[in-house]
Amino acid sequence: MTNQPPARMPLPLPTPTQENDFYWEKCKEHELWLRSCNACNEPYFYPRDMCPECHSRDTTWVQASGRGEVHAYAVVERPPTPAFAGEVPFVTALIKLEEGPILPTRIVGVEPVPDAVSIGMAGQIEFDDASETISLPVFRPN
Amino acid sequence: MTTGSDLSRVAAIIGVDESDEMGHVPHKSSMQHHAEAADNALRDAGLTLDDVDALFCAGVGTVSVAEYLGIVPKYTDTTSIGGSSFLAHVEHAMAAINAGLIDVALITHGEAGRSTRGRVGRDPTAAGSQYEAPYGMIGAPVAYAMACSRYMHMYGPERVRQGMADVSIATRKWALQNPKSFVNHPSWIGPADVGYEDYHDSRWIAWPFHIMDCCLVTDGGGACVVVSADVARNAKKKPAWILGSAEGHDHQIISQMPDLTRTIAHETGPRSMQMAGVTHDDIDLTMIYDSFTYTVLTTLESLGYCGPGEAPDFVANLRTGPGGDFPMNTSGGGLSYAHTGMYGMFLLIEATRQLRGESGDRQVEDCNLSLVHGTGGELSSTATLVLSNS
Ligand SMILES: [Zn+2]
Repeated sequence: MTNQPPARMPLPLPTPTQENDFYWEKCKEHELWLRSCNACNEPYFYPRDMCPECHSRDTTWVQASGRGEVHAYAVVERPPTPAFAGEVPFVTALIKLEEGPILPTRIVGVEPVPDAVSIGMAGQIEFDDASETISLPVFRPN
Repeated sequence: MTTGSDLSRVAAIIGVDESDEMGHVPHKSSMQHHAEAADNALRDAGLTLDDVDALFCAGVGTVSVAEYLGIVPKYTDTTSIGGSSFLAHVEHAMAAINAGLIDVALITHGEAGRSTRGRVGRDPTAAGSQYEAPYGMIGAPVAYAMACSRYMHMYGPERVRQGMADVSIATRKWALQNPKSFVNHPSWIGPADVGYEDYHDSRWIAWPFHIMDCCLVTDGGGACVVVSADVARNAKKKPAWILGSAEGHDHQIISQMPDLTRTIAHETGPRSMQMAGVTHDDIDLTMIYDSFTYTVLTTLESLGYCGPGEAPDFVANLRTGPGGDFPMNTSGGGLSYAHTGMYGMFLLIEATRQLRGESGDRQVEDCNLSLVHGTGGELSSTATLVLSNS
């Protein structure tokens, strides 16, 4: 044992899989891409090989504008796990993207207090370079 | 009230009980809670483990629990859909009984939820791990809080807040009348008898939730014995007949929920009540999974007790508490009696006790028909039962 202070616990970053590595590669390039169904022509989230709406397996990828609005949010005061102990308070949100799907994310650039955010608030997705390989989409209100 | 479906009264609950010690029990494992509760519930039913021919568990598998108990079930079911699992198990047991496959089903639950807090592993490739966990959307409070924010936005933050306070305080008042409540346990910190001010002053967990909007985290277990009509007719105590049942789920992680202000109870409630041939006005006791105060509001609406956005008025003035005209969650609920992680089992225990007239100081007068409703995951799954003592 050394006297060094304990290293900060790593945040639980995603583990790309064969099904979604394209999504995370594009996030690394600071672009948001959605899986879209060729049968019903609707983009959806999260990316998966089968359309959750019509169950077709004929799907493709489309780039999203990154524009959206706050659909729901919470101001997290108690760390959900020890890894988030240094992060609280923070604002999690569900963002309704301009293209329709709901994206779970975090709101940045605002005070982490309930009144600083409102449902319907418009903004833009940007990217947080969380590690060498992972950039997380986050939401910044206009 | 009509006669209900052919499945009504095919099966009944004849035994229920908790594990020996509830609340803060750091010296016991989840499996010990399973075993104690199984033994206690079978004793309540006048049966033994040798009579059991079907085992139902959630979270931990039936293979593990059956091995520990030393039984060899001929019907086995580890349906695990969150806290509503045990209510779904009741329906599955009823179906297996109706098919003639079994006569005596044992449903067990045990969870050292308080003493093993935060030790659960996650599948790193699961959707929740990929898209929600990196942002700190981990565990129920954050997910339910976001859903509640939407509900507040739609129906007015102040009146919704008041409804949440009413649910919290009314449920606490019931818990004070239950000797097994965690708020009556020696390790409970702070005053147990609290009011609106205490609610509004209580600390934030994840806005819009105060700590008094959130269920407890406790250790404990429970079990329930479901038997065929033939076995039930010779039971030691008055059976709780299964008149109606329904189960369903419409998403897993919160960002996939089709409508944050309505659960799949809007299907399981009507299906169960239709099977039972009853309406809301027939129900004497409503038991609703109260993981959070918001869960109760959205569930009352989804079940059709009131319209969208009307639940805060429906529960106003502590109407669901002792002395109110809508008795709900008389055990003290997940909010103030016990919440091990998958609380649904404890709804069945209290409903059965009330239907037998065994609930002591908190007994609801003329309690003959109970609607029992579980919600699991992130408002993901529901199961609704209608139970009758005749
Ligand atoms: Zn499609």
